[in-house]
Amino acid sequence: MNQRRSWPLPRAAHGLRMARVLLSTQYAYMLEYRAEIVLWALSGVLPLIMLGVWSEASAAGGPEATGGLGAQALGRYFLSAFVVRQFTIVWVIHSFEEDTLAGRLSPYLLQPLAPVWRYVTAHLAEQITRLPFVLAILALVFLIHPASAWLPSPPRLLAALVAIPLAFALRFAIQWILTMLCFWTERAAALERLMYIPYLFLSGLVAPLEAYPEGVRAFALATPFPWMVHFPAQLLAGGEVPVARGFVALLLWTLVLAPIGWMGWKLGMRRHSALGA
Amino acid sequence: MDGPSAAARLLRRFWSASLAAEMEYGMNAAIELLSVLGNLAGSLFVLSLFFRDGRNLGGWSWDQALVVLGIYTLLDGLTSTLLQPNLGALVTHVQKGTLDFVLLKPVDSQFWLSLRIFSPWGLPGVAVGGVLMIAGVVRAGTTPTPLGLAIGGLVLLAASLLLYSLWFVLAATSIWFVKVWNATEVLRATLVAGRYPISAYPAGLRVLFTFVLPVAFLTTVPAEALLGKAAAPVVLAGLLVAGLALGASRLFWIFALRFYTSASS
Repeated sequence: MNQRRSWPLPRAAHGLRMARVLLSTQYAYMLEYRAEIVLWALSGVLPLIMLGVWSEASAAGGPEATGGLGAQALGRYFLSAFVVRQFTIVWVIHSFEEDTLAGRLSPYLLQPLAPVWRYVTAHLAEQITRLPFVLAILALVFLIHPASAWLPSPPRLLAALVAIPLAFALRFAIQWILTMLCFWTERAAALERLMYIPYLFLSGLVAPLEAYPEGVRAFALATPFPWMVHFPAQLLAGGEVPVARGFVALLLWTLVLAPIGWMGWKLGMRRHSALGA
Repeated sequence: MDGPSAAARLLRRFWSASLAAEMEYGMNAAIELLSVLGNLAGSLFVLSLFFRDGRNLGGWSWDQALVVLGIYTLLDGLTSTLLQPNLGALVTHVQKGTLDFVLLKPVDSQFWLSLRIFSPWGLPGVAVGGVLMIAGVVRAGTTPTPLGLAIGGLVLLAASLLLYSLWFVLAATSIWFVKVWNATEVLRATLVAGRYPISAYPAGLRVLFTFVLPVAFLTTVPAEALLGKAAAPVVLAGLLVAGLALGASRLFWIFALRFYTSASS
């Protein structure tokens, strides 16, 4: 009945309303899990730990020990990487796996909405829930160590605010492709753990790309990984970064990978009904 | 349980049953091995960044730092083999109310809950970490004396028990806070700090990683003991901390059970 009432609405308005309702229900749902989301946020401490090691290395060996980044640039870089990571975390493969195993996917399929949007809004709602805690952690860091506080320049901040959602979209597209393997194998989540390894070491989470040897850095930049962490983080931190190339890379990789994910969904659906589930 | 031989017999039964169940997933072995090797390659690469142009890491040479990384990899493998599966199951037992059945068994409940499941997928990590640790000790040019090796082994054992105690206490808080599993993720994420010797951190973090979260006693102290560069008081402190932590985990479990009101209430 709701369906019928919404028909006269133009498509865009209908989509907007759907997005609003989905987001607000998912947000209400996520608020229930506040405590867990705090713990998730805390389990993203890796860049802060690495900041410790790198800043000590820079104190001992000077800026050439850290790819030309001084103590201040390092601090800003890793704090930014922490923030970027917080808002680009994707866990769709785990909830999708759980939903298929529990048989929840079939009722979702009956609804007039592609299930992928349910997962996308769940992630966005979780990011909104996470926001105050991330700000609190940052405030705490700045309080303990006031010298590390800085305000990005408005154009850089704006660029970062665009780049972070784009990085999230790319990361989501990559994981969605692996998620679609859930239709064929029970071990899709294990494959995701394998994919996490190049992400961990090439994205710039554990080391600023500036500190990599030339060849490794060139190789990393040819993969999608550094654009998802290093690029938005340097935008925030105010470091040197190829702005245009970064946005082009983010968009191109997403445009290449998202259709593969979409095809995976189509093929998976055929397989899903073939199972009679 | 009466005596260590009964405990050993039980462990053999537990672990052969776990193995039989896990062997249904053959592909896992390949994925886990690949994951351990990939992580190792990445960790070695990042570690090498600190040693470019003849620098060192907090006064540790490359070979010595390998020992620390090896011990970290070994302990992480141990976590995947025993701690994570067993203590994850503890949380589930509390959630589903099946802890009642565990408590009714004629076996010590902490023993059963800590060692019931054996997941072989952490073993590649244990093996690779062990090899790296030994390679580091040999390459560092230490000529290990039997006494030195015995002390090193003892400190390493103490580190494993300390790690176990941290995990167990955290998992046991599920008696009060049912959904505590993410807290162990935080623990695991923070223990990553153990990949590097403690002297590679700034002073503030060194204090934090020694006295608040004893990362130093997990990897740096055992590495120092194996390399023969540990001072006697440090070794003693490592053993003492592990002993205290193990005792505390026992007392904490007894204390927590007093608050366990079983599934129906």
